Amino acid sequence: MSAYRITGETGEWEVIVGLEVHAQIVSQSKLFSGASAEYGGEPNTHVSLVDAGFPGMLPVLNRECVAQAVRTGLGLRAQINLFSRFDRKNYFYADLPTGYQISQFEHPIVGKGTVEIELSDGEVRHIGVTRMHMEQDAGKSIHDQDPTRSFIDLNRAGVALMEIVSEPDIRSPEEAGAYIRKLRQILRYLGTCDGNMEEGSMRADVNVSVRREGEEGYRTRCEIKNVNSVRFVMQAIEVEAQRQVDIWESGGEIDQETRLFDHVKSETRSLRTKEDAHDYRYFPESDLLPLVIEQSWVDELKAALPELPEDKRARLEKEYGVSRYESGVLTAEQSVADFYETVARGADARLATNWILGDFFAALNRTGRTIEDSPVSAEALRELLSLISDSTINGKIAKEVFEDMVETGEKASVIVDRKGLRQVTDTGAIEAAINDILAANADKVAEYKSGKDKLFGFFVGQTMKAMKGKANPAMVNELLKKLLAS
Amino acid sequence: MMSSIFDYTLASAREALRARKVSAVELVDAHIDAIERLDDGLNSFITRTPEQARLAAKEADALLARGEGGSLCGLPIGIKDLFATEGVRTTAASKILGNFVPPYESTVTANLKRDGAISLGKLNLDEFAMGSTNLTSAFGGVENPWKRCDSDAKLVPGGSSGGSAAAVAAGLVLGATGTDTGGSIRQPAAFCGITGIKPTYGRCSRFGTIAFASSLDQAGPMARTLQDCAILLESMAGFDPKDSTSVDRPVPHYEAALGRGVKGLKVGIPKEYRIDGLPAEIEAIWQQGIDWLKEAGAEVVEISLPHTKYGLPAYYIAALAEASSNLARYDGVRFGERVQGASLDALYEATRAAGFGDEVKRRILLGTYVLSSGYYDAYYLRAQKVRTLLQRDFLKAYETVDVILAPTAPSGAFAWDEKPTDPVQVYLNDVFTVPASMAGVPALSVPAGLDSRGVPLGLQLIGRFFDEETLLAAGSVLEKAASFTHRPTIHAGVSA
Repeated sequence: MSAYRITGETGEWEVIVGLEVHAQIVSQSKLFSGASAEYGGEPNTHVSLVDAGFPGMLPVLNRECVAQAVRTGLGLRAQINLFSRFDRKNYFYADLPTGYQISQFEHPIVGKGTVEIELSDGEVRHIGVTRMHMEQDAGKSIHDQDPTRSFIDLNRAGVALMEIVSEPDIRSPEEAGAYIRKLRQILRYLGTCDGNMEEGSMRADVNVSVRREGEEGYRTRCEIKNVNSVRFVMQAIEVEAQRQVDIWESGGEIDQETRLFDHVKSETRSLRTKEDAHDYRYFPESDLLPLVIEQSWVDELKAALPELPEDKRARLEKEYGVSRYESGVLTAEQSVADFYETVARGADARLATNWILGDFFAALNRTGRTIEDSPVSAEALRELLSLISDSTINGKIAKEVFEDMVETGEKASVIVDRKGLRQVTDTGAIEAAINDILAANADKVAEYKSGKDKLFGFFVGQTMKAMKGKANPAMVNELLKKLLAS
Repeated sequence: MMSSIFDYTLASAREALRARKVSAVELVDAHIDAIERLDDGLNSFITRTPEQARLAAKEADALLARGEGGSLCGLPIGIKDLFATEGVRTTAASKILGNFVPPYESTVTANLKRDGAISLGKLNLDEFAMGSTNLTSAFGGVENPWKRCDSDAKLVPGGSSGGSAAAVAAGLVLGATGTDTGGSIRQPAAFCGITGIKPTYGRCSRFGTIAFASSLDQAGPMARTLQDCAILLESMAGFDPKDSTSVDRPVPHYEAALGRGVKGLKVGIPKEYRIDGLPAEIEAIWQQGIDWLKEAGAEVVEISLPHTKYGLPAYYIAALAEASSNLARYDGVRFGERVQGASLDALYEATRAAGFGDEVKRRILLGTYVLSSGYYDAYYLRAQKVRTLLQRDFLKAYETVDVILAPTAPSGAFAWDEKPTDPVQVYLNDVFTVPASMAGVPALSVPAGLDSRGVPLGLQLIGRFFDEETLLAAGSVLEKAASFTHRPTIHAGVSA
C-alpha cells in the first residue's frame, strides 16, 4: 500500500501516531472496592465509602481485575511483570473524591507487547505496545443540568481501567482505526473489556506529530484527549496532522499541548498548554502493598485463555478451507465464529460459508438483528443445510425455506413438510413432466437438435416450473439430456 | 483495700468487675463525673458520650452478672478523635470535620467494642495528628494534668495523642487509644507520666482511622501501666482484610510476656542518640534505665544506628508528602465543612483556607513541595532511601541486641507559652521517636521518674519487628524498678 502522506506546499509529510487506549475492565466490582462496576444505574447508587473517599477508608485490590489485566497482557503477547506497584496521581477535581487517582506509574503490570493489524489492501503491520497498567476511573461531572451548579455522579469512580499505551508506530488514520478495532477484538475475545465505545468503556488519547518524508527523529507532538469512537480517532488524526503541517510550513512551531477534538467542526482545539499542565506529584500508594504475582498463576491464566482472533482465523482457514478474506469476516466477533463453527462442523463447510456470508448476514441486516439474537439459530441453519446436502430440497427451495424460517422461527424440516417442498426425485414423475414439455414445444426441440444448445436452459426452466421448483436439478439435467438425445 | 475508685488500673478494675466488687455502672459513672469535674479545664475530650456509656455500662453489668462479657467488659476508655466511630462525631480536631458523623466504625475501635470496652468519648489531639504539643487542635489546646512544682503554668501534654495522654494521666479513663506517626503515642505518654506502645507497623488495622501518613500511622494503646497497655493491645491488634497493609499473623497473649524478665537479654544503647545539648536530666534518667536493666540481669552494649541524624528530616519529608495527598479529600464536596465559592477552585480554596489550621496548612504546603516535579528526586526519593537505611540500621543492630533503650523525648513537658515559635524547633521533639517509626519497628515509653521541677520523664524501648513481647518484658522491668507512683496535680482521685 502506498504510504499515507500529507502533501504540503513544501513537500510530503509523514504522520506519527501513538495511542493510549483506556479500556474498562469487565468485573463485578470496582478496582479497590466492593461497589458494583456495572454501567448505568441511578446516579450515585454504585458507590462505596471507599469510592467516595471518606476519612479512614482504604483501597483493597480486586483480584479479578488483576487476573483480567494479566489475561489482556497475555492476549497482547506482552511481558507480564510479576512485580508491579500502584502510585498516586494527585490532582483536584470535583469528581475525583480522594484528590488522587490510583494508577501504576513507574511499575506497570504489563510490559512490551505487539498488536498485529491488517489494512484494507491486506498488508499486515505490527504495532508495538509499550506498556499496560491498571488504574481507577474518576466519577462524572454533569455541568448542563443547572445554570449555576454542577452535579457529580460517582458510579464510575473507582471502576477498573486498563491503559494500553502503543509505541509511536502508527502512520495513518487507517492504521489507527485498524489498531483500535484489533485491540477491541482481542479484548472482547478475552472477555476483559466489552469494547463498547458508546458507553465509554473504551476511549483513546491520541498523540500526533508530523515529520518530513525521510526525516529522522520526532517533532513535537500534541495529545488529543478522550476520543470515543474509531471514526473520530481517524478524523482527529487527519485534521490534527494537517494543522501541524500548516504550522510548520508557515514557519511556526508546534507547542506540546493537550487538545480536544470537536467532531462537529472537525477541528482540534487547545485544552491546556505544557505550561499549565498538571504537576501530578506521582508517588507510591502507601495504602497498598506492591503487587507481587506468581508465575504459576500467570501460567494458569494463560492455559485457560480463549483462542485469540489470529489463531482462530488460521484454524478456520485450515479446517474449513475458507479464504483469508472470509476468515477475517467470520472471526471479527467471537460470536460469529462460534455460530459459524456450529453450522460448519460436520456439514458441507463451503455451503455453510456461502450461506452465512450470504443469505444469513443479509437476513440479519434486513431484520436489524445481531448474531446474539438471530431469528435463525446455528442449529436451525445447520438443519437447513443438511436438507440441501441430502437432496431433500434444492438450493433454490432452500432460500424460500430460509426466508420462512426468518419469518416464523420454525424448523426447516417443519416448513418443508408444511409447504410440501420436498424435492421430487421420482424419475417417472420428472420424465412425465419433461415429455409433456417436449411435446408442447416441438419447434424448440427441433431448434435444439439442429445445434441451438442454449435452449437446454429453457427446457430446464420449463421442467422446474412444471415441477413447482421441487425437482432435483441434477436429475432434471440428466433426464433432459437423455430424452432430448432420443 | 481500695481507697478510691480512681486507684484502679485497667487490669485491677477488670478483676474487680469480674469479682463484682464494683459495677460497670459505678465505674463509668465515677469517670463521667470526673470528666465533668475536671475536663472543662483540661480539655482532653472533644466529644463526650456519657449517655451511650451509661447504657453500655448497664449492658456490661448484665453480662458480668452472668459471668459473661469480653476481656474489656465494662472498662471505661477514651478514643482519640482520629478513629471513626459510628454515629459519634469524629473531627480529627479539625474545623473541616467539625460536624462529621461517620456512618462506620474503625476496626480498632470495633475490636475494643467487641471485647466490651466502654468509650466515654472522643479525645483531643493535634489537628489531623500533626503536632507534638496538642496546641494545634481546632478545639483548643489540652492542658497537661501535671504542674511544675515551682509554677502554675499550663504545660503541654505532648502530641499528637495529647488528649489521650492527659485523660489517662488525670484518671478520667482507664486507658485510651492513640496513634503514632512519628512519636505521637510515646512523646505524650512521656510528657504525662503514663505508658504507651507504638506497635509494629501493620499490627493494628488502619481502616477507619483518619490518615496522616499512611506508611507510618499506627494505632496503639495508652494507659497507666504496661499491663493495661498489653490488655488493650491484644484487643486492638490483628489482621484486617480491609487494610492491605495490616499483617496476617496471630496476636500473642501480650500480658503473658510481662513477667519474662530480662536475664540474658542484650540491650543496645545507640551512641548517635547522645545528641549535643541533651539535658543532663535526660542523660541521667537514661543512665538510670541502663542501670535498672543491668541489675535485672540484662547485658547492655553500645550500638550504632549510623543514619539516625537523617531520620528527622527524612521523616518530615516522607510524612508530609503522604499527608499532602491524604488530606486532598477534605475539599468540601462530599462531607465535612464547605465554604461556597464562585467556581470549583474558589470553593476548594475557601473551604480549605477556613477548614485547616496553620500547622496543617504548613505541612500540606511542604508535602506538596517535596513531591513537585523537579524536587521529587532531591526530597521524596532521597527520604525513601534514608528510610531504607534507617531500617537497615535497626536490622543490623538486632543481629547483636534484642532491644534498644533510649530517652523518649529530649525534654519533659514544657509550658504552653514556651512553645518555640520556630516550627522546626517543635519538630525536634520527635528526634528520638521518629527512627522507629521510619523503620516500622515497635517501641514503647514508660514513665521513669520526675525531673527537678517535678515533671515526668519517659524511657523508650525499641524492639524487633512484631516482637512487642520482648518490649513488654523489658519495659516491665523498667516499670517495676522505677515504681512510678507519682500522681499529677490534676487527678480524678484528688478532691478539689
